[in-house]
Amino acid sequence: MTVGLNHFLALSAVLFSLGIYAVLTRKNAIQVLMGIELILNSANINFIAFAHYGNFGLTGQVISLFVIILAAAEAAIALAIVLNIYKQYSTVNVDEIDGLKE
Amino acid sequence: MTTYDLIFYLFALIILVSAFIVVAARNIIYSAFSLLFTFFGVAGIYVLLNADFIAVVQVIIYVGGILVLIIFGVMLTNKITEVEIKTESFQVLPSIIISGIIGGTLVAIFTKTNWKVAEPQILDKTVTEIGRFLVSHYMILFELAGIILLVALIGSVMIARKEKLETEEVEK
Repeated sequence: MTVGLNHFLALSAVLFSLGIYAVLTRKNAIQVLMGIELILNSANINFIAFAHYGNFGLTGQVISLFVIILAAAEAAIALAIVLNIYKQYSTVNVDEIDGLKE
Repeated sequence: MTTYDLIFYLFALIILVSAFIVVAARNIIYSAFSLLFTFFGVAGIYVLLNADFIAVVQVIIYVGGILVLIIFGVMLTNKITEVEIKTESFQVLPSIIISGIIGGTLVAIFTKTNWKVAEPQILDKTVTEIGRFLVSHYMILFELAGIILLVALIGSVMIARKEKLETEEVEK
């Protein structure tokens, strides 16, 4: 079977559902972050696949560049928050962090 | 089956296996390192889709930046002197059902839909064209991305150093 647009889209769909699974099940906040990175990567595959097969020129590639920029900013902020939580609670398990103030 | 197809299936296999290890591994270090292979595999898929610049950006930013940041986070938030760096999962069965439904629906939609596919065009100067796009058509987005990165930089430093600031205020 020759590889076409469908194959890339199916790959990104499976990657997306794996990311959703990581976000839903993992207790460690950092592994939830890894799931979010998987989701962003699958969205990027979609953007670039449609740009390649849909005769849109380079628009999809430019947009996926902005997605990568946002992912970098998000990872920096989220890890700062996680480190701060670890200072307060001595754990990063999301089910044990249940206080709004100390 | 052409070479293109073989390379696609190879990268797809790498991505799916390593992504499965990311979500299923009990040791968080294994997850972090298997994320490396996922990012490299996605970069290979970008090359197959004629997006060479994005592939290089993916390797530089994700592997060189975000992954190092995540491993730093793992190291700083676990007691590394303990041998076991285990994490637990919870609500496994409902999550398998939910993500299975989402993934199955998406795969069904994506493969059943009759997409109007244009003939893929091979561009030979993607970097020049992306640069031209960034300073002409997407100029405002480009500037906004710079502002967002600056805000993220300042914000993360502020959040990570909050405790120290509060003690200084108490001393005054």
